Amino acid sequence: MTGIASPAGGVHRIDTRPTEDTMYTLTKLTKTYRQGDRTVHALKNVDLSIGAGEHVAIQGPTGGGKTTLLQMLGGLDRPTSGTISIGEDEISKMPDAKLAKIRAKEIGFVFQNFNLIPTLTAQENVETALEPLGVPGAQRAERAAAALAAVGLADRAAHLPSELSGGQQQRVAIARALVKEPEVLLADEPTGALDEETRDEILEILEGIRRERGLTLVVVTHDSAVARRAERRLHLAAGTVTER
Amino acid sequence: MFFTYLRRELAGRRRQTAIIAIGMALAIALVIIVDSVASGVKAAQASVLESVYGVGTDITVAQSPTPPGEGEGGGPRFEFDAGAGTTADGTTELSQSRLSAGFGSSTFDESALETVQGIDSVAATAATLSLTNTTFNGEMPDFAQMQGSDGGPVAEEGTGQAAPPQGGPDGAGGSAFDVDSFSVLGLDPAADAVGPLSAVSLTDGRALDEGDTGEHVAVLDADYATSAELTIGDTLDLGGTEFEIVGTVTANDADSASASNVYIPLDVAQTLSGEAGMISSISVQAASSTDISQVQADIEAALPDATVSTQEELASSVSGSLATASSLVANLGLWLSLAVLVAAFLIAILFTVSGVTRRTREFGTLKAIGWSNRRVVGQVAGESLVQGLIGGAAGVAIGLLGIAVINLIAPTLSGSASSGGFEMADPGGGPGGATGGEATGGVRAFGPMGQTAAATTEIALNAPVTVSVIAIAVGIAVLGGLLAGAIGGWRAARLRPAEALRSVG
Repeated sequence: MTGIASPAGGVHRIDTRPTEDTMYTLTKLTKTYRQGDRTVHALKNVDLSIGAGEHVAIQGPTGGGKTTLLQMLGGLDRPTSGTISIGEDEISKMPDAKLAKIRAKEIGFVFQNFNLIPTLTAQENVETALEPLGVPGAQRAERAAAALAAVGLADRAAHLPSELSGGQQQRVAIARALVKEPEVLLADEPTGALDEETRDEILEILEGIRRERGLTLVVVTHDSAVARRAERRLHLAAGTVTER
Repeated sequence: MFFTYLRRELAGRRRQTAIIAIGMALAIALVIIVDSVASGVKAAQASVLESVYGVGTDITVAQSPTPPGEGEGGGPRFEFDAGAGTTADGTTELSQSRLSAGFGSSTFDESALETVQGIDSVAATAATLSLTNTTFNGEMPDFAQMQGSDGGPVAEEGTGQAAPPQGGPDGAGGSAFDVDSFSVLGLDPAADAVGPLSAVSLTDGRALDEGDTGEHVAVLDADYATSAELTIGDTLDLGGTEFEIVGTVTANDADSASASNVYIPLDVAQTLSGEAGMISSISVQAASSTDISQVQADIEAALPDATVSTQEELASSVSGSLATASSLVANLGLWLSLAVLVAAFLIAILFTVSGVTRRTREFGTLKAIGWSNRRVVGQVAGESLVQGLIGGAAGVAIGLLGIAVINLIAPTLSGSASSGGFEMADPGGGPGGATGGEATGGVRAFGPMGQTAAATTEIALNAPVTVSVIAIAVGIAVLGGLLAGAIGGWRAARLRPAEALRSVG
């Protein structure tokens, strides 16, 4: 059991021991960067576990380490020290190729700026997520079409991102993240570039799919309205995680 | 997915694709044209050389001319006795014909032929003796009738003063001379597999054969026969000896001139020119092209004083605008092609790397969703390769168009090569009214006074299109594409997938 300081002055205890229902286990996770002559401690001895199917919101000031933590959870970066496990797999020292396979199969990403491939249609953008899984062409098209239908964009499948609104683009990005049926969905400010109405639509979609599929949803957000919808809220500042 | 993504990227980034493809196309087109023109120039050089050395000659053996000794050289000298010539109406006509080795050329002992024949991998040989027949014709006044009994000038009747000069071609004591020269090649009538006779075809009559050894028979170049108004059955004066004309020949290559005006048996040529047992050149055919360098080395070892040249080396002896074109293609063309090629490659690399940099987030996102490094690199390399191939296809089209234009214009190049030591081409003919002065249409040009003449040939440049040219173009396109793709791919491979999340605070 590891205690972490609560901003309210109390002490929240988080069980970091892996169980059958644990998706992520972070142990003494530290990440430091060199920035010129300065050493930046992005994460400091973070101990954290996230349960399977949990909806977690991460908030905090800019430069507090949210990006770094999300990169660690997504297997996009490696810790300076400590370990991070997805289920039974310890990924901090895993070879790049194996890590890429885990990302391809188990982790879905949704980005603030959608990060769609501008030259590909909505359908083709969704299909890119199935490419590394070696799904045959016909099946790939069928699954991508179903994913687009699930986010209400069946009629926009042949459109390029530039022909879609921001909300529609984010829905394509969600379809791309979910088409491979991942265990985890990591969302980076998924509504940061959207108006309130569209934000709520996107959150409804994300939460609906999480409930339906039981996937783990980790959302990084500055928006307290978004964070309040999560089951669990974490605050990350100066490399330290606190629970709210 | 690979091809869909590739197609969409190339279509979606038309400007980059167009710039890379245009750069590659121009470079490839230039390489194709330069390569093709180089082949055409080489073929033209070979044609000029064949006219002199014959078809299939791999190596020629000659001897460098040595400076004439005191009292030697200077061409043929015509000497007449006091009573020489025929005199009529106060005019004396003089005529003398001399057959001699060309001025500046060098002869060597024919035992070298046996030496060469004894070398391994020598398939055929032919010895020749290059000569020039020079005929002096002159008219001058009868000096005897202009002199009195006392040895002084004849006095005019009635005045007692010296009588005005009479006789001569102008009737007033003047003189007129002309010198006519043409080339004569002495060769072994039996050796027609290699050497000058292999480059000519019989036009009329018969060729020299084994039975002509020792006979005063001659075969003429058809063009020379026409210009000299000679036909089969006529006789020709060579060094004061009458030869029967038994046949006429023309060069196999319509654009080329034959090696000589007159062909006669070698032994007769040696005897009449005072060059008994001497030859001026040996044409050698090696058993195979791979043997050429070894045969050359063996001949050089066996005949240390001889100049042994391969066809490739002889190509450098071709002069005229053909040589200028060759030099231009070899130097300017080559370097220009290389410069444009390097520029095109650099453009392709820079644009590819720049494209990868612009697409950092795109590739980071793809890596984040599980694309392997190899897959991302393959995508970048594939796009570059196709851009290169598009440039290659356009380059081939532009190159073929350029070659077609060159072949349509067919610029005429003239080239000359000397079979002897001294080379010259005198399109205007020599002074004194020497014959055969035209240098166009494959007719030989002859210099004055027994100099060894060069065969001047005018050839319309034909730039050939070969499979190798197309292969080179495709190879360059693939190489350029792969190079740009490899560097761009390397750049993409180094991208951290975390770049995709850079916007997160």
